[in-house]
Amino acid sequence: MKIQIKNGRLIDPKNRTDAVLDLFIADGKILATGKVPAGFVAEKMIDASGLFVIPGMIDLAARLREPGYEYRATLESEMSAAVAGGITSLACPPDTDPALDEPGLVEMLKHRARALSQANVYPVGALTYGLKGQELTEMAELADAGCVAFSQADAPLTDTRVLMRAMQYAATFDFGVWLRPQDSFLARDGVAHDGEVATRLGLPAIPVCAETIALATMLQLARKTGVRLHVCRISSAESVAMIREAKKEGLALTCDVSMNHIHLSEMDIGFFDSNCHLMPPLRNQRDRDALRNGLLEGVIDAMCSNHSPVDEDAKQLPFAEAEAGATGLELLLPLLLKWAQQGKSTLLDAIAKVTVNPARILNIDAGHLSPGVAADICIFDPERYWKVEAAALKSQGKNTPFIGMELQGKVRYTLVNGQIVYQTT
Amino acid sequence: MNNPQLNKHGELQHLLSTEGLPSRILYDILDRASAFVDGDGSREIKKVPLLHGKSVFNIFFENSTRTRTTFEIAAKRLSADVVNLNIGSSSTSKGETLLDTVDNLCAMHADMFIVRHAQSGAAHLIAKHVAPEIHVINAGDGRHAHPTQALLDMYTIRHYKKEFHNLRVAIVGDILHSRVARSQIHALTTLGVPEVRVIAPKTLLPSHVEQLGVRVFHDMAQGLRDVDVVLMLRLQNERMQGAALPSAQEYFKYYGLTQEKLALAKADAIVMHPGPMNRGIEIDSSVADGGQSVILPQVTFGIAVRMAVMSMLAGDK
Repeated sequence: MKIQIKNGRLIDPKNRTDAVLDLFIADGKILATGKVPAGFVAEKMIDASGLFVIPGMIDLAARLREPGYEYRATLESEMSAAVAGGITSLACPPDTDPALDEPGLVEMLKHRARALSQANVYPVGALTYGLKGQELTEMAELADAGCVAFSQADAPLTDTRVLMRAMQYAATFDFGVWLRPQDSFLARDGVAHDGEVATRLGLPAIPVCAETIALATMLQLARKTGVRLHVCRISSAESVAMIREAKKEGLALTCDVSMNHIHLSEMDIGFFDSNCHLMPPLRNQRDRDALRNGLLEGVIDAMCSNHSPVDEDAKQLPFAEAEAGATGLELLLPLLLKWAQQGKSTLLDAIAKVTVNPARILNIDAGHLSPGVAADICIFDPERYWKVEAAALKSQGKNTPFIGMELQGKVRYTLVNGQIVYQTT
Repeated sequence: MNNPQLNKHGELQHLLSTEGLPSRILYDILDRASAFVDGDGSREIKKVPLLHGKSVFNIFFENSTRTRTTFEIAAKRLSADVVNLNIGSSSTSKGETLLDTVDNLCAMHADMFIVRHAQSGAAHLIAKHVAPEIHVINAGDGRHAHPTQALLDMYTIRHYKKEFHNLRVAIVGDILHSRVARSQIHALTTLGVPEVRVIAPKTLLPSHVEQLGVRVFHDMAQGLRDVDVVLMLRLQNERMQGAALPSAQEYFKYYGLTQEKLALAKADAIVMHPGPMNRGIEIDSSVADGGQSVILPQVTFGIAVRMAVMSMLAGDK
């Protein structure tokens, strides 16, 4: 189908475009921007007057909960949440049940996702079997099946020799290794940042050094092995400083942060709000400010939703017993815009954090609007305010610290491969 | 942020923590309690009909004999109907969630829940969940709070020392894991005690504890110097397994309260303990049974203080 998106403000960080331009789509791909190509007759016209047209967003961490946790969420529910949030590609961590450690599981997931023809799913394979941190998975086979990188998700890998071997093996094939730094001994039983709030509420705590010690280990091993390391969901000012130094020294390193940690701190836990039970824990306001600045400076490359749908019952428990995680796919755009506004980032730079930068980390040709690329597009109303309400969320996960809040920026259309997969008035 | 313990008129709706309560409410509780105590507290407290026809449910998800018993006695002296439920840890293995249990008891027309739970925040969760006419008293949640214990400690201090504004109070022991210590600190600072000290090795202190308004000491001799009140805390045996302490013997040597160390405090200093005591670990028997110990009067006052709280919450206003 030939589609013309008319009069929208086109923001394409990769091509440094920010102007009111028409966009032309044919055969599922971007054909041109600006003037009507010769002989182009639109079969469908989208009037984007007053709207922003950006590359479809790419989320580096979205748990779809399949296989194994279908009571929390299904591919159907979470894929429709993704496109409702303007996300056209997402990487899903391997912490399913069973973990994504067999090519068959990955093929099944890819197949199920393709059949829904909504967002593109990029599985991140398990680095070790069953995420147990002992034996390496068949990474090359898993990559053939569709894995784009390898990770332990939130599972610990305490044996540093296994970690080094895993990095060496991944580096052999130039596979990316994605790790969230957390020392499992220091973090044991912890549910909140080791600070004022945990002390006041009597919550078992996780000190910042649980993150920095694990990060230091990772950085040393990355230096030794030459692996492409992607550091996931850092939470502290100290980690931002360490990543900054490592990048300066020239290490092949990328880093992301969750949108929750850009906007919230331990103070938001209030009186035991289990919606704020997140992993890593929300740290103090100084950490939050460092993360915001790190994202602005580019020390942190990407912002992700860290979408982790949890069923209601698992949140209706005392804070420490409640399951960690929050829904996020539908909030990524407004929370990115909110950060851009507060942090004085240009829209072009802000949108790069959810488009071209994550595409580079995933090593995929997406996240931009150059002619010839798949027409994955998000069109949103930058002025529209909307209230986050559980019933209105498409995700099966209804818990988020932002519930009840008014956010600015609403997705109007989402296109994947030139097909309109979501639209609303 | 709204204080979940107060209703919109600023009156006590639940008692979940001593934190964030205005001093007028704390004094109100202490004054009410003294009305239930005869003279020096040696005689039995008379039965009053303030909670006649009300149902009080003691729901204890964690074992406790003393606290549950004193709540039970307090409720009976107020003429309430009391139901005791020792749920222990078996409820989760049966698959019933905390709030399911609470819903079931609400259906049995409970007017008040006395809750003890191993997890911090359990009483808050229940208070948020129940209908507005139901009151919740926190009888200890994880490491977070044990407000009636702290209030009975305040009652005891006031009984012996009359005023709060000229006192130096030391809390000794496992502050990190202690809900009692947290509630004591908030109550003492709210009531205007100018100097609250905590004395413990670094492994038993939470980070940023000084932000609660206390002075930190690691040396017991320095910490006890010239104090008016010594609040001892119970040391759990599992602290030795968790690498928080090398041995009970070493702990007693450096942080156990002996006559010798107590001599550094003011001559008229009083010694308190929330019980149950580990004699020879945190406190020497000669101190526990000595002339400066007010550990047993604490227990008696505990009944009056719990009567005061219950009648304030559910009695006719």
